[in-house]
Amino acid sequence: MLNPPALAAKDFVDRLQAVGFDFFTGVPCSLFEPLYRELARRPALKYIPALREDSAVGIATGAYLAGRQPVVVIQNSGLGYSLNAYTSLVLIYQIPLLTLISWRGYGGNDAPEHLIMGARMPRLIEDIGAAFLILGETGGLAEVERAIDLMRKERTAVFLTIKPGVLR
Amino acid sequence: MKRIEAVQVIMGGIHGALWVHATGMISREAFAQGDRPESFYMIGSMGLNSAIGVGLALNLPNRTVAVLDGDGSLLMNLGILATVGELGLSNFVHFVLDNASYASTGGQPSISNAVELERIAAAAGYKHTCRIREIDELRREVAKVPERPKPLLLLVEVAPGNESEVARVDIPPPQIAERFRQEACRR
Repeated sequence: MLNPPALAAKDFVDRLQAVGFDFFTGVPCSLFEPLYRELARRPALKYIPALREDSAVGIATGAYLAGRQPVVVIQNSGLGYSLNAYTSLVLIYQIPLLTLISWRGYGGNDAPEHLIMGARMPRLIEDIGAAFLILGETGGLAEVERAIDLMRKERTAVFLTIKPGVLR
Repeated sequence: MKRIEAVQVIMGGIHGALWVHATGMISREAFAQGDRPESFYMIGSMGLNSAIGVGLALNLPNRTVAVLDGDGSLLMNLGILATVGELGLSNFVHFVLDNASYASTGGQPSISNAVELERIAAAAGYKHTCRIREIDELRREVAKVPERPKPLLLLVEVAPGNESEVARVDIPPPQIAERFRQEACRR
């Protein structure tokens, strides 16, 4: 399967900002390096480094309760650490929350620690009842609008995954 | 002092704050003290109430954000002390009701009798911390909260065990979140 064409982090952040996302928190992943650089260039967009992925989900929930439209940015290894934060906080309190989640282990080509989560991530997200989207899957940045529509209509957690090499 | 007495003194002595209450008996005792829309009751995700407080305090710099925590809850997410200290949140007030046990699950011991949580907070950058043992001392410290430098952490030693007949929080979680959000965004 061919990877979708690489998308510019600048265009991606432009689109996130255009639909109202204004607060970012998370734990770094190397696949998001272009994204952090882009966020750092925009003083209007706050990025708060969290120490754990579940803490990032808590901080984002607080930001939502304060009137923001937050985004959590995590590596998929952090889905394990934060699963309970989604099932017993975000989903039951119906917090509309976007999570950008890297897809380490995609296609089975990665370091051993990423292979199990890489293979199971979509199922895990769907099994807890959250929405799962893949950036670039329908061409360009259309998933950003789909994500915000789903979040607002369903009042739920939406995971937008980003495969290796998609963001530049 | 009993935990519920500490909850009464703290909630009765801090005005105009947004509250984030720890999972378990602390949320229930805060609810029993008088339900209010500016209270966010955690029913799951133990340890993340303080993280919610961080997200609130960052985005509402003109509101006081009060986190009512337990020793078990704080120990579960001890890293949040570093985040609060590093961010230097000047509207963040952290109360830790320390009974050295997991009272909500039957009183199993925690390790806080051997760990001075208020000193960890001070090392992490909280600007005022202290340990309180008597209820009169708690009253005096709570009255001084507005003038203290923040972030601030008051560790309150409370007796182990639970009150009988403290009702569960019976508000559906989406309603807790929505009315809290409206209250938080009102001014």
